[in-house]
Amino acid sequence: MPVLIPRNVDELVEVFQANPQAKLLAGGTDYMVEVNLHGRKPETMISLRRVKELTEWSVRTNQSRITIGAGVPYADMEHGEIARLVPALAQAARTVGSPQIRAAGTLGGNLGTCSPAGDSLPVLAALGATIHVIGPDGNRDIEFADFMVGVKKNSLQPAEFVHSVSLPLVEGWQGYAKVGTRNAMVISTASACLVRDSDEGFVAIALGSVGPTIIRAHAAESWLMKSTSLRAGSQLAPSIAQEFGRRVAQESRPIDDHRSTADYRRHAIGVLAQRLLTRSFS
Amino acid sequence: MSSTVVSTGTRPGTLGTSASRPDGVAKVQGGFAFSSDMWADNMLWGATLRSPHPYARIVSIDVSGAYAIDGVATVITADDVPGKLTYGLIVQDQPVFAAIGDTVRYSGEPIAAVAADHPETCQRALAAIKVVYEVLTPVTDPEDCVSGIAEQIHPDGNIFRHQRIISGDTTIVGAIQVEGTYEIGMQDQAFLGLESALAVPDSGGNGLEMYVATQWLHEDRKQIADCLNIPEENIRLVLGGVGGAFGAREDISLQVHTALLAMKSGRPVRISYGREESFYGHVHRHPAKIWMKHHADSNGKIVKIESRMVFDGGAYCSTSPAVLVNGITHTQGPYKCDNAVVDGWAVRTNNPPCGAMRGFGVVQACFAHESQMEKLAAATGLSPVEIRLLNAMETGDRMITGQIMDSVAPVAQCIRETDAIPMPPPMSSSADLRTIPGGTGLTAQPSNIRRGVGWGVSIKNLMYSEGFDDYSTARCRISDGVVTIKFATSEVGQGFTMLAQQIARTVLGVDDVFLDTIDTQVGSAGSTSASRQTWMSGGAVQAACRAALEKLFDHIAAKNSMNRSELEIEGTDIVDRLTGLRVAVHAAIEGVDIDCTEEYHHPATEDMDENGQGNCHVAYAFVAHRAVVDVDPELGLVKVVQIATAQDVGRVLNPLSAMGQLEGGIAQGLGLAVMEEIIVKDGKVRNPSFTDYLLPTFLDVPTVEMVFIEEHEPKSPLGAKGIGEPPCISVTPAIANAIRQAVGRDLPRVPIRPYDICL
Repeated sequence: MPVLIPRNVDELVEVFQANPQAKLLAGGTDYMVEVNLHGRKPETMISLRRVKELTEWSVRTNQSRITIGAGVPYADMEHGEIARLVPALAQAARTVGSPQIRAAGTLGGNLGTCSPAGDSLPVLAALGATIHVIGPDGNRDIEFADFMVGVKKNSLQPAEFVHSVSLPLVEGWQGYAKVGTRNAMVISTASACLVRDSDEGFVAIALGSVGPTIIRAHAAESWLMKSTSLRAGSQLAPSIAQEFGRRVAQESRPIDDHRSTADYRRHAIGVLAQRLLTRSFS
Repeated sequence: MSSTVVSTGTRPGTLGTSASRPDGVAKVQGGFAFSSDMWADNMLWGATLRSPHPYARIVSIDVSGAYAIDGVATVITADDVPGKLTYGLIVQDQPVFAAIGDTVRYSGEPIAAVAADHPETCQRALAAIKVVYEVLTPVTDPEDCVSGIAEQIHPDGNIFRHQRIISGDTTIVGAIQVEGTYEIGMQDQAFLGLESALAVPDSGGNGLEMYVATQWLHEDRKQIADCLNIPEENIRLVLGGVGGAFGAREDISLQVHTALLAMKSGRPVRISYGREESFYGHVHRHPAKIWMKHHADSNGKIVKIESRMVFDGGAYCSTSPAVLVNGITHTQGPYKCDNAVVDGWAVRTNNPPCGAMRGFGVVQACFAHESQMEKLAAATGLSPVEIRLLNAMETGDRMITGQIMDSVAPVAQCIRETDAIPMPPPMSSSADLRTIPGGTGLTAQPSNIRRGVGWGVSIKNLMYSEGFDDYSTARCRISDGVVTIKFATSEVGQGFTMLAQQIARTVLGVDDVFLDTIDTQVGSAGSTSASRQTWMSGGAVQAACRAALEKLFDHIAAKNSMNRSELEIEGTDIVDRLTGLRVAVHAAIEGVDIDCTEEYHHPATEDMDENGQGNCHVAYAFVAHRAVVDVDPELGLVKVVQIATAQDVGRVLNPLSAMGQLEGGIAQGLGLAVMEEIIVKDGKVRNPSFTDYLLPTFLDVPTVEMVFIEEHEPKSPLGAKGIGEPPCISVTPAIANAIRQAVGRDLPRVPIRPYDICL
């Protein structure tokens, strides 16, 4: 099996265009499980390890955005500057697997696999991330809502790859929570990210593992914004938080599987929504 | 009188010290060769074809496609088994391979095996074997087997064993009655060192040498020899490095397949399972459904217990009959009870085969009786501690089997000592959220959490039961200044190799003790199971060392004109008590050649009669657990904060190792309480991976505060009781009881799932 090792983004574009069936490999924490456990036999691999540009991140203060390369590992998001700027992403990163997995796994991997249980994805959805992709026809930006289109399905075209993710730096509160049947190192049975922009009085909540894609609970968000002030200094009535949880749960579309039941997931996502909202006011 | 070895102070490496393990450094540094690390020149790789169906008739098997693949050396099916077509520990009902015309009875049952030049070639060869199945409807409900409405899925029938216990006056009715129906899910042993074996055929073609990770070399050899139709002497079994066992290596898994492939190909063959195959390759803990009704007088004293237990044994017998007897004979728990009516069934279904796992039937019974004790406490108005102390069993009590408790039985002391352990501090309102229920998921604030406290106390039989003479053998050689101990005792991680050295150092007064290869070149040691090796193989090593010492005394008395009858070991010297003359042992053994092999047999037991009466168990050990648990009632998530425990150990032989056994057992019992379950639906395992079969992580295991109750057991050669199983038995109901107390729900089933708590 040939392994292609591009050294920069231009080479990557070139080799991927020449081998559109090739599989991209960064941390390998998803794909190698496919190979080792599920008998996937790749014809050609493209190793991303030498493409330094993918592992970089930067802040453009004038635009109040942070851009994180697709190859930045979760370990780098858990602490330090990224964690300070995007705390919800740090919280999500901390829930990914074990330290070894977090040292290898990347944001690009989560987007490439596009599982509804991808731990970072609710954060990208709630923050309204822009996915910067590069392909044979050049660059394009895809809003997260248009990027993930189904269970393990994204809108990447052949030979297109995720270059980086751009996130707004939000004034206010953001937080992530994830339910699993173990206190660490567990696949989520329900997860949520809530972003409360206290300047704009805006709220966004995105739900993981409770539908075929990450779900933005738009109706619950609109109801909340009409029902209470979200600006800095305002108070939250417990009844509002409870009703918000109930409405968020209504927007989930969970299933029964060997990890949990649809009823539990629906219940849990409501509790998470209620608690995250309450937390944003405390 | 106790025949206990007197510990000679604190000389490093002797009994009572935290002597280090001979395999410890290598294991920590990664240098230890586990069985999956073994390799031989010219070696082939083996792999197994398994049924995807839980119940199906095999219409045809076509292996020609596999032979057509370059690199495939041989393919074997049931037609290639030269001897007995089946194996098994108690009843030989498990086919080496399912045969054409016969049925497969569980999903994962072996049908064929291949040997090839590379693991990938093996996978291609397996894919090229064509099997035509006539798929049948599986029998998956054990109750259908008890009632008899299920189709008979094996010529031996669907009942492995039905046994009742009728004790005392069965007409008694208690003023207070509590009852419940409890369920225990299917737990996996989940050892980290996966199944692996290397078979090297003799050049003559009539025998082989085999390296295998197992719990009992001699029993494996017997079953392999039967299937291969060669004399046992023609097989030398050597223990491959074992990474945990917990019962899952009692049964044959890949042993016969590997041996057959090696014999047929004439080349060394290694089979190593991956994690998924391991879930299909070994037996699991029996799922069970247990109804129990306790009758007590108005003070809370138990006067009668009624129970019905159904254990799902899955497709083949394994140890199901013995597991059932362990379950029903431990119905009363560590409590006095004269009258009982117990009805127990172990049945055959098309679910995965179940057999031995740490606790062996007692885990299931204990979950039921300790759930009942909590109900009895509530019904009488007594505290969980008071109700248990009121009923605590003592030495001399008659059990429901008619057997008199003749072991040391410090039940009340276990409870009191556990109760005296300080409670953990209350949760801080500023606690790190990762340390509260939900862990790294940050699902809760401290204000969302409720704390509960629960108790569990248990009794566990030690050694094999019902008339079985599971003796152990050891050999001690003193040759030209070197002491070597040999035994066939499986070191599975419990630390027996370390203990054998401690015993030899203590008895013989030497510092250096060499351990010979663990293989079948010495008599059987019995299984590393049933909390038995410290007692049994420890007894054998002690006996062999003592026999050697006697000969050494003969020699040294004659040589140095010492008083033979007055010689004793003091530290590292031989001392004549009369004259005070002393000779250093290391000097005394120079030029000496002594070779002693000894067997240790435990006191005999007997079968039980049709009413479950008989002295069927050898000895017992006890333990108490108190669990402090934080629960998020809204999300159903749990964090076990502290386990306090006092365990009846007889005597601590190695404090560090004893602590390790207790902490490990508690983690395993915690797993069963809140997360570990093989999920089987329509006869198929739905979570055969560590992604979905969840084991506790460091954020899940609690602080363990432990006390060892050291009352030397006179029956035990070292004064010590087996300590491997008790830690994992009553910790499960202790945690369940704590969760029940925190949330006020019945929770009759373990593992307790989040939705059991909050929906």
